[in-house]
Amino acid sequence: MIAVVDYHKGNLKSVERGLIAAGGDARITDDAAEIAQASAIVLPGVGAFADAANAMRELGQDEVLVERISAGVPFLGICLGLHLLYTAGEEHAQGAPTPGLGIIEGTVRALPKNDLSGNSYKIPHVGWNEVSYLSKRPNPLFAGISDREFFYFTHSFIAPPSPETIATTTHSITFPSAVQWGSACFGVQFHPEKSSDAGARLLANFVSIAKNV
Amino acid sequence: MLTKRVIPCMDVTDGRVVKGVNFVNLRDAGDPIELAQRYDEQKADEVIFLDITATSDDRATTVELASRASEELHLPYTVGGGFRSVADIRRMIAAGADKVSVNSAAVKDPSLITQAAEAFGTQAIIVAIDAKQRADNPNKWEVYVAGGRKATGIDAVEWAREAAKRGAGEILLTSMDRDGSRDGFDCALTRAVARAVDIPVIASGGVGELEHFAQGIIEGEADAVLAASVFHFGELTIRQVKEYMRAQGIPVRL
Repeated sequence: MIAVVDYHKGNLKSVERGLIAAGGDARITDDAAEIAQASAIVLPGVGAFADAANAMRELGQDEVLVERISAGVPFLGICLGLHLLYTAGEEHAQGAPTPGLGIIEGTVRALPKNDLSGNSYKIPHVGWNEVSYLSKRPNPLFAGISDREFFYFTHSFIAPPSPETIATTTHSITFPSAVQWGSACFGVQFHPEKSSDAGARLLANFVSIAKNV
Repeated sequence: MLTKRVIPCMDVTDGRVVKGVNFVNLRDAGDPIELAQRYDEQKADEVIFLDITATSDDRATTVELASRASEELHLPYTVGGGFRSVADIRRMIAAGADKVSVNSAAVKDPSLITQAAEAFGTQAIIVAIDAKQRADNPNKWEVYVAGGRKATGIDAVEWAREAAKRGAGEILLTSMDRDGSRDGFDCALTRAVARAVDIPVIASGGVGELEHFAQGIIEGEADAVLAASVFHFGELTIRQVKEYMRAQGIPVRL
């Protein structure tokens, strides 16, 4: 079973349906015990970093997620779900950045409005943008998806650069649009469940990664 | 590079698209989800469902529509029309809408934008502005509410700036002078708003020809272009529009 983690911030049906359409046995759950038993975990992107991180702590999901991800259970974080993999996030933080799951080191910050030449960009970054692979090495998450394929983005915050980055996207600056930690923990800044055929393909790839572990 | 978006807008009442469309029997009002799926196949970047009735029975139907869309659509969708409070917005977001568009209620109480952005994120809140050129000054536009029936005296550019400051994630800007005219977008209005705010602007109202879409982006400096009847009646396909835009040097997803 693929657990779609519900932290009570919004509707997760499109993620669940996307995974089911991709052949996955997905189920929405907020139950830490059920998440602990799942063969794969998807953390969707709903709400703001501070609210979500605090809700996950209250529901006792954070420790289970860290434990299962560390144990190598296939994991996919989407948008905010990617952000939550990091040490901390500045979105809606009161004072100091809110702690995240701490799987990947770094702080999630606001996407800058200007590029290095001083040109200004519209924030939030909303719409379809290209996802470029960092290396030509095939990554199972992007199997059958061409380099610079378009995916749907809607966000104002970005993950910091780190060795875990496997794909990047540019809007004012170039930022990580997909990351991989260990062999089976992934995060994507875009929304595969809203990215039409390319997104369906990526979810199907994650489902087959989950089945083959 | 971030592409410019093409967005078909569907007027919905009682859970059905009001205007007839080319690919279903013209006498039958289309099913909004089926139409959205057709537009997805044609590479629409997102869709907007505009609830043009506002009775409580119809609102429940629209919530059901949002819920079905969250299960059956694989592209982003916005629901607009009839929101009066954060509770109304919450109901639609909880049903699965990616974004909501608010108009009159935000003019009446601008703090609604702030509250909604704090609760659901700026990316979920579109402020829709219906603007009409002032008779006494062609470089000024006035905000209208209540479906374009009521003048407010508010300057459209100033209101857009205020909405953005309060946490709107996008502006959906409709020119009342051009709406239904098929003369093209009001590019002067669109440009004035696009330059006043640092959030994306969706141009709406007046599309009749392929060239108009490119004009909205190039001359109007919009981030997205919206149209309804040219798509519904099958005069133009989304793909045709995007191919034309690309030929004009505009980045699009095809």
